[in-house]
Amino acid sequence: MDVLQALILTVITAATPLLLAGVGEAVVERSGVLNLGVEGMMVMGAVSGFGAAYLSGSPYLGVIASILAGMALALLFAILTQTFLANQVAAGLALTLLGLGLSGLIGESFVGLPGTKVEKLVFPVLSDMPFIGRILFAQDLIVYLSFLLTAVVSYTLFRTRIGLIIRAVGNNHHSAHALGYGVIAVRYLCILFGGACAGLAGGYLSLAYTPQWIENMTAGRGWIALALVVFASWLPWRVAMGAYLFGAVTILGFFVQGMGWGIPSQFLSSLPYIVTIIALVIISASRTVSRANAPACLGQSFVPDR
Amino acid sequence: MNKLLSIAAAAALAVALSAGAAAAKVKACWIYVGPVGDFGYSFQHDQGRLAVEKALGDQVETAFVENVPEGPDTERTLERLAREGCNVIFATSFGFMDAAVKVAKKFPDVKFEHATGYKSAENLAIYNARFYEGRYVVGQIAAKMSKAGVAGYIVSFPIPEVVMGINAFMLGAQTVNPDFKIRIIWVNSWYDPGKEADAAKVLFSQGADIIVQHTDSTAPLQVAQEQGKLGFGQSSDMIKFAPKSQLTAIVDDWGPYYVRRVKEVIDGTWKTQSTWEGMKEGLVVLAPFTNMPDDVAKAAAETAEKIKTGALHPFTGPITRQDGTVVGEAGKSLPDTDLLSMNWYVKGVDDKLPQ
Repeated sequence: MDVLQALILTVITAATPLLLAGVGEAVVERSGVLNLGVEGMMVMGAVSGFGAAYLSGSPYLGVIASILAGMALALLFAILTQTFLANQVAAGLALTLLGLGLSGLIGESFVGLPGTKVEKLVFPVLSDMPFIGRILFAQDLIVYLSFLLTAVVSYTLFRTRIGLIIRAVGNNHHSAHALGYGVIAVRYLCILFGGACAGLAGGYLSLAYTPQWIENMTAGRGWIALALVVFASWLPWRVAMGAYLFGAVTILGFFVQGMGWGIPSQFLSSLPYIVTIIALVIISASRTVSRANAPACLGQSFVPDR
Repeated sequence: MNKLLSIAAAAALAVALSAGAAAAKVKACWIYVGPVGDFGYSFQHDQGRLAVEKALGDQVETAFVENVPEGPDTERTLERLAREGCNVIFATSFGFMDAAVKVAKKFPDVKFEHATGYKSAENLAIYNARFYEGRYVVGQIAAKMSKAGVAGYIVSFPIPEVVMGINAFMLGAQTVNPDFKIRIIWVNSWYDPGKEADAAKVLFSQGADIIVQHTDSTAPLQVAQEQGKLGFGQSSDMIKFAPKSQLTAIVDDWGPYYVRRVKEVIDGTWKTQSTWEGMKEGLVVLAPFTNMPDDVAKAAAETAEKIKTGALHPFTGPITRQDGTVVGEAGKSLPDTDLLSMNWYVKGVDDKLPQ
């Protein structure tokens, strides 16, 4: 039982950055914008979060800084793609390269410094529940935020007027424009929201997961989050499931290796990708549903006709 | 503006040189597999580069490219450096080997040095560190300090260097506790802090109480610190990240080697060679023994001293392999060529070596 509990706790830490970045990106893509710069925003969030926490001594200031850093980079992307109508794919890739380079530059003096960690917030009574208590009620702030984020985003997108507008903008920007909605403004806000989530995901890496700054510490997690969004057919709760599944299979792979059962490690390391893809393909097998979910205007620039 | 000035200065210098002025600067270049900020393997190589700058000052100009993937990109990067006028290029990772061989053939006037490999040429030297010496000492410490008698071992790729490390660790541990066990996790990456941390957590949950790593980040040690377990630093002294957990660290000190070789390039005495230096030459250094009782520290220091003087070689025959066969003659150490192509585990390792 203790082993299982420890494993589940590890799965949550492994999945949280994917979940945060993925859910944020799902909102961005729902509004019809493809931002491939998740990795760049994430790594900027990581370095800014670490830096702010180190200089101020408060990990919570670090969390705020990581969110702001992600948003700053997202704002750049929004200006390029929404105001100046730059190609979204190219701008997104540029954002990733910029983020990786800039974070290395900013973080040079932070290398090799031990960081401050976001503390666990333990709920007194609830956390004493057998088994699930420690898992659900003794996490750090960012993990709670990730639970909350999935629920709020899912609800907002599909049960509120705001969500309807976002989806309308993503599905048919000309109609949304004709109805009087500010397509560009909605997209700006969604991009900023996605940036905040990606930044927070980065902050989680440098403030909770492995509290330190090292260059490229995101190690491709932004790309995995991006892929999850597509395979989860743009549904936030499926993104969350995909993130946990990915984390679970990764950790299970380590567990099997540690047991020394002789299953080739190369196979085990490819397993998270295989299993996640298969699972998400199966649950989104229905063509009509997945077509209905894919934002029709994804990646297209909007130029209002006069 | 500064850049413009330096370009102008360089142009002026070039004119001066072509006019037949004094000796040119030697340009020494490095390529790293990870970022210089990994605080591990690549970081230590870069410390070596900085040592060259410090020691040779005006005589040398250095450059480096970090995060070079092992594959087609390696060749491209090496070629670029060779074209840009590097006189000597250090390729610092095992996976750069074939690219270094190819590019060395194309640029016979440029000197190449490849770390931890086994292919050399007229203008391609090999250098390596006997990391396994440190791992033997680490194994002894682990066996003395582990209450459970189980260590967790996080590894990158099944290359001889890593396998050698596991075996040396086990042989060291078995001198203290013949039944010592290790659990091994291959993360298939030299550098992924998140994965390394996850692997450490899983190993602790499976009953290991000491963590050893052959990956480059500080993450596993941080997990050890957090959970009140023990561990060892890798490549650089990581005590700041785990003041209560790091027992010692196997530190690579490449500086003296780099200074010597670049000096030889300047003097025109550089020759291809294959060096493999260890604790005796100061290339492999153990960080101070911390978080352990005095008698354990004393025993570890004694073992280290014996390795330094040559009285003890970790791979002294006869050695029983995992499959039960015995290698090596009694009292004699395995030849270096056998060590450098090691693809088998010693007895006592409960893992199947990925092929």
